[in-house]
Amino acid sequence: MSAIPKEEYLVKCTSACAGCSSSLCLRYVLKAAGPDSVLVVPACCTSVIQGIYPGTAMNVPVYNIAFAAAAACASGMSNAFCALGKETNVIVYAGDGGTVDIGIQALSGAFERGTNFLYICYDNEAYGNTGMQRSGSTPLGARTTTTPGGKPTGKKDLDRIVEAHNPPYMATACSAYPLDLYKKVKKALSIEGPKFIHILAPCPPGWRYPTEKTVEMGKLAVKTGTWILYEREYGKLTISGPSKAAMKRPAPLSDYINGQGRFKNLSPEVMDEMRQQVERNIQRLSREEAGVC
Amino acid sequence: MLTIATGNKAVAAAVKAAKPGVVAAYPITPQTEIVEQIAEYVTDGDLESQYIPVESEHSAMAACIGASAGGVRTFTATSSHGLLYMHEMVHWAAGARLPIVMANVNRALGPGWNTWAEHSDAFSQRDTGWLQVFVGTVQEAYDATLMAFKIAEDERVLLPVMVNLDGFALSHIMQALETVDLGDFLPPYHLPHAIDTENPCVYGPMTGPADYFRFRWDIERSMRDARGVIAEVEREFAERFGRSYGPTEDYRCEDADVVVIAMGTLGKEAEVAVDRLRDEGIKAGSMRLRWFRPFPDLDLAGREVVVIDRDYSFGFGGVVAHSIRSKTGVVPYSVIAGLGGQEVTYNDIADFVRNRHPGTETWFGVSDHV
Repeated sequence: MSAIPKEEYLVKCTSACAGCSSSLCLRYVLKAAGPDSVLVVPACCTSVIQGIYPGTAMNVPVYNIAFAAAAACASGMSNAFCALGKETNVIVYAGDGGTVDIGIQALSGAFERGTNFLYICYDNEAYGNTGMQRSGSTPLGARTTTTPGGKPTGKKDLDRIVEAHNPPYMATACSAYPLDLYKKVKKALSIEGPKFIHILAPCPPGWRYPTEKTVEMGKLAVKTGTWILYEREYGKLTISGPSKAAMKRPAPLSDYINGQGRFKNLSPEVMDEMRQQVERNIQRLSREEAGVC
Repeated sequence: MLTIATGNKAVAAAVKAAKPGVVAAYPITPQTEIVEQIAEYVTDGDLESQYIPVESEHSAMAACIGASAGGVRTFTATSSHGLLYMHEMVHWAAGARLPIVMANVNRALGPGWNTWAEHSDAFSQRDTGWLQVFVGTVQEAYDATLMAFKIAEDERVLLPVMVNLDGFALSHIMQALETVDLGDFLPPYHLPHAIDTENPCVYGPMTGPADYFRFRWDIERSMRDARGVIAEVEREFAERFGRSYGPTEDYRCEDADVVVIAMGTLGKEAEVAVDRLRDEGIKAGSMRLRWFRPFPDLDLAGREVVVIDRDYSFGFGGVVAHSIRSKTGVVPYSVIAGLGGQEVTYNDIADFVRNRHPGTETWFGVSDHV
């Protein structure tokens, strides 16, 4: 952790909920990015977390923009900086709703055009800012305010959608592994073109677990193989350290599921389908890393 | 340089002269020729600009917002459904106080699909905080686009400007065009609140009622100040380049008993109608409304007024007719005509005047004096 700078760009006056992991992530993202960076933020929890005018918890410029528009706004900004000869980092910091649902068209367009920017999706698997409604990123079986009986369909595979755009760099990360996240942001910003990082960001009020268990919840997501940490550089997949061991011998899925109120009373069939999904994902990525597709 | 061009090409030529740092472009009939021409300028090296071929109009305006805030002059063009699709960002651009210039080639709205002229697209953005100017000739499309950048970027305004030209009736009509050597007419782009990582600011965060309300008043204050800025810029343009413009273009109005008010190409058509009517001894004049936002002060005292609306606010009335009525107190004869590109000739307009019936509304060719 000694490599991580002491400078803070997200100061201690945020409006985040207790135990918020996405604000922890933002802190490390900005430490990695440094002061010559602009954050583009669509409607999401970070719209609130950054503070209320005229106060702010942010120490880099933040451009707030409409829900569907983050990637397009960043696209224009990146091109403006290019026209001005500036090398300022343009980073979108968007939630899962603003990414996998309403913002996916702009995201796809910006990636297809080869925009020089970093798009970070911090994924708490629902519309957290509006009080936990289901998003395309909500997993199978999870209860939200709009899926009170549990979500009948699975989580949209955002990473495979982004992968289809052949970006030079994409990675997954998790709030429980800040050093891994820090390194990935650093690496992403060293590469020209559209970069993507998808962070799993557990949410105590949304997932219904005690605030002090935020880090533990992230670790369990990785240890059970539910969330796999990896990097894909110019198409080449590398599984990240914490997920290597987990994929060989995943912890029981129930360790992750049972601690969350949103998965209360899952039927054995849904639980079984979730296990199979985890297994399929592990198999797919293991085969790809080994070069056996 | 004297040449001939379509309305679309004239807009593109003005954009080339204004040298925007970023152009975000998405095609839509009848605007497409503008973004095609600009793409050609950029490819041929005639315009050094970042050309972003976005995947939608919503993204076109979002990209202009990011670029304008990032510190460069920006331009985009759209029409009809494209304008409606970007509506959310149209509001955002004005609220963020960004001097974006957009050409809107006025076109009807579906269903059914109709690519011909109508003003409903622009009027649907009436309350967004954009300045709106409507042009009647190819030359004016060029001149108004150039002036739009200067007006928008003036620190007393800092609001976006929409330059409106009629689909096909002007966008695809060829007329004489005199392009100018701009000299220092347009100063370098300077946005006082441009993003600066040396002075990190947060733009558009959560804002409480008291501050939000002040920001809205500030938009209106700038709209009011814009009247003076527009006059200054139009005066300077006339001094430098010899072509004069104002909030309206008045034709034989001085001694007119009856004034026809229309916008865009119908306003030019009305001038011919006025000549016909004068030949018959009817003292008619034409007042082509150029600026729609900010809405100008008009002196119509003691005259009869015929307003032609190429638009409609359903359940209410013609948008221009009611604007005139509320701003001047004059009760006009309201003619709804030209929707979806309906042909309206100067003879038709002369008939509107001959058969005028103040206080009533007529849907031309459909329903009289209702």
